[in-house]
Amino acid sequence: MDLSLLIEWIIKSLIIAFALLTGFAYLTYYERKVLARMQVRIGPNRAGPAGLLQPVADALKLIFKEELIPARAYKFIFMLAPILTVVPAMVIMAVVPWGDKVTLFGRVIDLGLADINVGVLYIMAITSISVYGIVLAGWSSNNKYAMLGGMRSSAQMISYELALGLAFVGPVLLAGSMSLGDIIQKQKAMGWFVIYQPLGAIIFWIATLAEVNRAPFDMPEAEQELTAGYHVEYSGMKFALFFMAEYIKMLAVCAFAATLFFGGHRGPFIDQVPWLGPVYLFLKVVILLFGMIWVRATLPRIRYDRLMAFGWKILIPAALLNVVITAVVLVLVGGK
Amino acid sequence: MAKISELPQRAVTGVIDFARGMFTTWKSMLEKPVTIQYPEQKRPVRPRFKGRHTLKRYENGLEKCIGCALCAAACPADAIFVEAAENTDERRFSPGERYASTYEINMLRCIFCGYCEDACPTEAIVLGDNYELSFLTRNSSIYTKETLLEAVYRGGKPTPQKVEPGMFNRSIPDMQNPSG
Repeated sequence: MDLSLLIEWIIKSLIIAFALLTGFAYLTYYERKVLARMQVRIGPNRAGPAGLLQPVADALKLIFKEELIPARAYKFIFMLAPILTVVPAMVIMAVVPWGDKVTLFGRVIDLGLADINVGVLYIMAITSISVYGIVLAGWSSNNKYAMLGGMRSSAQMISYELALGLAFVGPVLLAGSMSLGDIIQKQKAMGWFVIYQPLGAIIFWIATLAEVNRAPFDMPEAEQELTAGYHVEYSGMKFALFFMAEYIKMLAVCAFAATLFFGGHRGPFIDQVPWLGPVYLFLKVVILLFGMIWVRATLPRIRYDRLMAFGWKILIPAALLNVVITAVVLVLVGGK
Repeated sequence: MAKISELPQRAVTGVIDFARGMFTTWKSMLEKPVTIQYPEQKRPVRPRFKGRHTLKRYENGLEKCIGCALCAAACPADAIFVEAAENTDERRFSPGERYASTYEINMLRCIFCGYCEDACPTEAIVLGDNYELSFLTRNSSIYTKETLLEAVYRGGKPTPQKVEPGMFNRSIPDMQNPSG
């Protein structure tokens, strides 16, 4: 392994981390603006032109907040939990390609950090880790609301991960590969997978909403019942880390949805101008995020037992059905 | 859980309801925001709004308040303190026999009921439309006569005025504007 390759990877990692952190900051702004417009309000417009500096102001505020640790909390795990939540959210984007090859300074560079051949599996594995952070946060806070939030979130995320995994199977079967790069290349030939996998895409969408604890599945942080759920005892930067994890995961799952079902970084004129790749991916992610925010603005929180019933009795059978149909059709038409 | 045979119909109605909800939020997104940008844009208050008190003057500049302290008596929150002093023709504040040498309203106690306005025989104290009553210290919550008294109208003279003897001889003035 030569040094320049190492440097290239480091630079690409830094770019991803930077994009995710800025993306997180401006996703909060985007969400607040869209929600405000849907509630016939204006939204943040005080800090900077059109409120564009609002995320900066929020970040500064959170940094200067006092860090409280409850007296009877398990301190080590209490400190560890936010890190355990945010790190998987940060590394999850590594396998998503954000463009084709480009030539820069006489070097052919893949836009994308690591298009590993088990990309989908990697995503499944990493998304599952973050539930530990939430459960540990709930448990170590020594607070009944936090505990309940953590319990709920473990149950919810485990149930919806099954449907999510089964929704991943459709594109994997169609592409015949678990690498996200191959899935995108296959969509270049066949067209977007959402055409072949409408049910799979819907199941994926619902399951990801539950997976990242977004409304209407924001059961772990149900304000009315659990005050704030698993992060009720967290303040300052540690709270910001949980917040960051949630929003970065939103970005990540939207990028997966775009990659698996909506052609990833591909769009018109992509072969002539490879630099359009990140732009297309960005646009698709923004549109999908709008969908998430729109759903949040529309639907009330689902009751906990209904959530579990929906996950186990409807979503998983539907996902299984989708897998069976996809597999049978592929065999009949002579796919790989 | 519903019967299996009911499931397709329930799914269809569920999807329709969901789509209607999404359409509702979409529609409201296209509406004009109802927000009023407060410090820059102020919404006018209602005609009978009861805001901060003002002590009124006549057009010639004399104060309407005659220091009778009926407002203080009427005040259910005991927020008003009035101390009266005698008018003289050399130093005349109000057309009556006496005037309020001290007039204080404790804005932390005031409940804006408007009883003082009702009790006033000369319509001297009026609850206006000012609702921006923030203050930073407890001391500044007590509004003194200087704060409450309105400015002299154009053509009027500030109090105390020096008037000719015999011009004002009633203890409670007429409700018409005295001496035009």
